[in-house]
Amino acid sequence: MSRSLSPLIALFALAVLYALPAIAPRAMVQDLFGILTLLVLAMNWNLLAGFAGLVSVGQQAFVGIGAYAMFAAIILMGLDPLVGVVIGGIAAAVFAVPMAFFAFRLNGAYFAIGTWVVADIARLAISQWKALGGGTGTSLPKGTAKEMAFVDGIKEMLDVSTAAAADALTYWLMLSLAVAMLVASYIFLRSRMGLGLQAIRDNENAARSVGVDPLKLKAAVFLLTAFATGLCGALAFIQITRVTPDAAFSVIDWTAFVIFITVIGGIGTLPGPIVGVVVFYALQRALADYGTIYLIVLGCLGIAVMLFARRGLWGLFTDRTGIDPLPLRHRPPRVAKPSHSA
Amino acid sequence: MSALLTIAGLTAHYGDFQALFGVDLTLDQGQTVAIIGANGAGKTTLMRAITGVAKVTAGSVRLAGEEITRSPAPDILTRGVAMVPEGRKLFPSLTVEENLLIGAHARRGNGFWTLERIQTLFPILKERRLSPGTALSGGQQQMVAIGRALMSNPQVLLCDELSLGLAPVVIKEIYAAFPQIKDSGTSIIVVEQDISQALRVADHVHCMMEGRITLSGRPSELSRDAIHDAYFGVNHA
Repeated sequence: MSRSLSPLIALFALAVLYALPAIAPRAMVQDLFGILTLLVLAMNWNLLAGFAGLVSVGQQAFVGIGAYAMFAAIILMGLDPLVGVVIGGIAAAVFAVPMAFFAFRLNGAYFAIGTWVVADIARLAISQWKALGGGTGTSLPKGTAKEMAFVDGIKEMLDVSTAAAADALTYWLMLSLAVAMLVASYIFLRSRMGLGLQAIRDNENAARSVGVDPLKLKAAVFLLTAFATGLCGALAFIQITRVTPDAAFSVIDWTAFVIFITVIGGIGTLPGPIVGVVVFYALQRALADYGTIYLIVLGCLGIAVMLFARRGLWGLFTDRTGIDPLPLRHRPPRVAKPSHSA
Repeated sequence: MSALLTIAGLTAHYGDFQALFGVDLTLDQGQTVAIIGANGAGKTTLMRAITGVAKVTAGSVRLAGEEITRSPAPDILTRGVAMVPEGRKLFPSLTVEENLLIGAHARRGNGFWTLERIQTLFPILKERRLSPGTALSGGQQQMVAIGRALMSNPQVLLCDELSLGLAPVVIKEIYAAFPQIKDSGTSIIVVEQDISQALRVADHVHCMMEGRITLSGRPSELSRDAIHDAYFGVNHA
């Protein structure tokens, strides 16, 4: 019964999420936007670290590059912010090419540190960019949100202020990005390439001997996640409206929290980041008034999960119940020809 | 019959250490050749040199007339030389079925071997298809490894020490599949320390010692004494 029910529940939840700007207060939409941003980043990091074995601590490079490319598209080129978001994604993917060239020579912990170093170099380089405010950053020109495509239509449809309509638009885009990430990850991981990635995780040499090219697959994941991370960063900073090198390239906000979310939710599982982001948000809410204790509790919880539930809360759940609505098992490809076996 | 795989004067080194000394060997279409020899005779190095894993310092390997010496290992696999590695090397996080499916990664187009045909060859692999590959017994894992190599539809199947660590009855069960593999048109090279098993399946046997082939012939032509001498390097003069 749970098997036939779970897609219905998921569809209902999705419908509610899409309807939210029409029925919920603007503060809640903004809150959820923040959660979805972390979710998209966590899904990307999960693909990298959990499935491709690339433990990157430099994802903030793509968030920052995406954000800055979007600001450049608006301020320097006068483009629509939504076009800027796409440019942000592309800029991040382009930046990932030389970054991979450098970082892929390193393994394990060295790869992690290498990506962090590259991200910091990008932060320092961007803070030299005087046209975008240098080290102190810059803001979106007044009225940018108002002039964004579709905002007028949404404003009329929902009968809200321009600012709320812009929030609704970015929220919908981030929600769609999260859904697209989930669907794309599922399809990718169930494909031949996903099977190859899993084999590489088990034994890279043995994978090579059956014709899987680890470098090619890892590079593909690195570039694709850089693109999605760049899109997400650009979209996030449309809502923030102000960018500084320190905020856009923050290792804590864009990578450390994201690692925490993925690890407690369940690294290497598809629903892991979703569970992780819900737990993270609940903790953040519950402990908001306690200052630094909040971070200490997060740290302790992270350590506990790593010690006692290595596949995270989601892994614990599937192990105990045997329920897995998004199984990643591979089925043989359907052959059009009739089978000849007995 | 035409020569499918021709190896001429193959020499390989591990650093300064020379592991192969000008090995000559041919494998005809549809033939099964066995290579026997003690530990350290160079059998595995020969397999690794053919598949592009070990460094070849002289000589050549030709597949259907085309030079494949020093080609990258993935290319050699795509051209049709697949290996069942010593120790099986299954992927522990993949199921039996997935372990078979990944064998088709390097495959181009359709061929005789499909998942269904492999599950017919080794019915236990269908029964246990959802178990983790490494949860199977040693013999069943060996069947998965053979199936995985066949999934690439190779012209040449190299089997390295299939019988290692397996009970005689299990070894027999595995080799019982060989006539069917041969019938599919696949040519086979088996590397074995189990001499009697090698003599039973092979059309042609080569015995190696210290990186050289010291004795060759049809199983029926070779006397036990000659094999014994070539295997252990004893000279009954």
